[in-house]
Amino acid sequence: MKITLFIPCFVDMCYPHVGVSIVQILERLGHEIDYPEELACCGQPAFNSGYWNETRPIAERVLKRLKDAEVVVIASGSCGAMLKKFYPELFATTAHAGAANELAARCYEFSDFLVTRLGVTDLGAHFPHRVTFHDGCHGLRELGNKKQPRELLAKVRGLDLVEMSEAETCCGFGGMFSTKFPMISTAMGEVKCTSALETGAEYVVSNDASCNMHIQGLADRQRLSLRTIHLAEVLNSR
Amino acid sequence: MSAASQQFKHDAERLTHDLRHRLLIQTALKKYEVARDSKKSRYQDWQSARQTAAEIKWDAVNHLDTYLEEFASKLEARGAHVHWASTSEQARQIILGIVREKNARSIIKSKVMTGEEIHLNEALEKAGLTVVESDFGEYIVQLRREAPYHFVFPAMHLVRGEISELFEEKLGSKPTNDPEELMMIARGILRNKYITADIGITGANFAIAETGMISITENEGNARLTCALPKVHIALMGIEKVLPKLEDLALFMPMLATAGAGQALTGYNSLYAGPRQPGEPDGPDEFHLVLLDNQRTHLLADAEQRDALHCIRCGACLNVCPIFKNIGGHAYGTTYQGPIGSVITPHFRGLQDWKHLSGASSLCGACTEACPVKIDLHHHLLQSRRNAMARYPVWWERLAFKGFAFLVNHPVLAGLAPPLARVAQRFHPLIKRTPLDPARPWTRSRELPQVAKQTFKEFWRSRKR
Repeated sequence: MKITLFIPCFVDMCYPHVGVSIVQILERLGHEIDYPEELACCGQPAFNSGYWNETRPIAERVLKRLKDAEVVVIASGSCGAMLKKFYPELFATTAHAGAANELAARCYEFSDFLVTRLGVTDLGAHFPHRVTFHDGCHGLRELGNKKQPRELLAKVRGLDLVEMSEAETCCGFGGMFSTKFPMISTAMGEVKCTSALETGAEYVVSNDASCNMHIQGLADRQRLSLRTIHLAEVLNSR
Repeated sequence: MSAASQQFKHDAERLTHDLRHRLLIQTALKKYEVARDSKKSRYQDWQSARQTAAEIKWDAVNHLDTYLEEFASKLEARGAHVHWASTSEQARQIILGIVREKNARSIIKSKVMTGEEIHLNEALEKAGLTVVESDFGEYIVQLRREAPYHFVFPAMHLVRGEISELFEEKLGSKPTNDPEELMMIARGILRNKYITADIGITGANFAIAETGMISITENEGNARLTCALPKVHIALMGIEKVLPKLEDLALFMPMLATAGAGQALTGYNSLYAGPRQPGEPDGPDEFHLVLLDNQRTHLLADAEQRDALHCIRCGACLNVCPIFKNIGGHAYGTTYQGPIGSVITPHFRGLQDWKHLSGASSLCGACTEACPVKIDLHHHLLQSRRNAMARYPVWWERLAFKGFAFLVNHPVLAGLAPPLARVAQRFHPLIKRTPLDPARPWTRSRELPQVAKQTFKEFWRSRKR
């Protein structure tokens, strides 16, 4: 299958190994990867800030470039939700409504793509660590990806998954929210870190690098012994 | 920035640093979660129950005109007076009118959030009346002269010791740490108030169109005494509380209890259908019902967010909201706190002054998931942001996003971002966390991620070669 990869802006710049892991995993499974370099961002920061008119030019370009893609795999639950769920809303009652709905049907968040579309859970990964999984809100509630990452983690050799009590609680990132209301965002992050630490896990695994950025950023400042890692990197460990 | 927005930020700053407050609220809500889940598991299918409830409320809200008239006429047929108030001022005047006509001196109230909404106590006290709240939590916050902290649990921010100290100071009671003793202190005072009050004021949890009844749900029995003992009963309710049929309560009563307080059913559920009828042994001589609009029809006119009128005020969305759990109820500065308050307050009190509430959300969606009547809460917050920016755009923000869109759509320019960021990163330590730091809102409490030595694009290009 020819898979078109959508790499979010911050993954491209700060977390390239997430994208690299996805490429390597999918290629090992025998698929061909297409990466449209000219797509830098899905437009979510503007969209979530209420600037829908300013978002449309960005989204239109994404629609156009991905028009002929067989499937699109997105390396983030949050950007995945943007393409899959919010583009149709952004373009509802416009001439692009049809294209947005069509694209939505071909978009998959990475873990969902592996489990639901490819039917693969065992990637032969080996990651001998105690981990806890953080459900990114967009992946969890907009896309309904609760089981997929756990099914994948269950097949990783040596991995010990300990669920934290606040697994489904927001880490406090929320995009621009984290800088508009930093005090609330930080408090939420502290609750998350405390819950993760309680499990005694060495790693917090998430399928959203943006949540990891927030959790890690806070843990580093507070010198907590927490390390975050993206699901794709765990699945690519041998 | 509106005064409300400034106050919100100020209070949020203080409260998010108050670790005692955080622990208190989160511990209380953990207990709620356990109780709620155990009661939810008694439903054959909670999701179907939610769907059914949402459909009933959809029908009620989309045919509000017919159901309200049916409800009012049935109630009037039994001798009740039904008043229609468009604004909070009208509602206050209607109630003050009844009070004056009856020459009332003292009033006993059971929990009524619409009363908070229209600032009823202040108006009554200004008119020289004695007003006593009979719900235990409401009584406590009334003694403290503060607003309810949570529209279901008004005093959840206080521990027993604080309540004991309050009672000692205001009521002259002996200090105690025993919850039952604290309740008995309040009861000892309140029992007499029910008997001497001229008028009892209540809210209503539901109004039944089919039978012309209001339904009141409570755990303490105080609303029953408020309704039964005074000669005059005034009920104040929002127009959205109507349900088509009596049998709808079979779903809504347990649902309200489970979602709101983790109970299978609330302690007391009573139906009232007007004043004492001939031959009946008890009940008030007069029964007044005040139907409050106060911008609810404004919300009704918004097809996108109309389902916010489905709300049964259970408080489930607050109880799961990570924002509420960290800033508490008072910081909102609204009658209705938490996600539902952030959705409806801009409709009730003006978008310009209250638009910050939709911004103060990570849009995590826990509220929408918890809502028993399936209000699309977090998406409404998103739409609220869009509505606010369409009507009151922030010029520099709009310019910044226009610039952002331009950058994103021009790959050559976007390609400059990583090298520029690498340079900026080098010099950033010089200004990091100082007022000069453009990333200060982030860096004041968190570390920034580093730009990778090789970006994904660079990796991809190197592979292609």
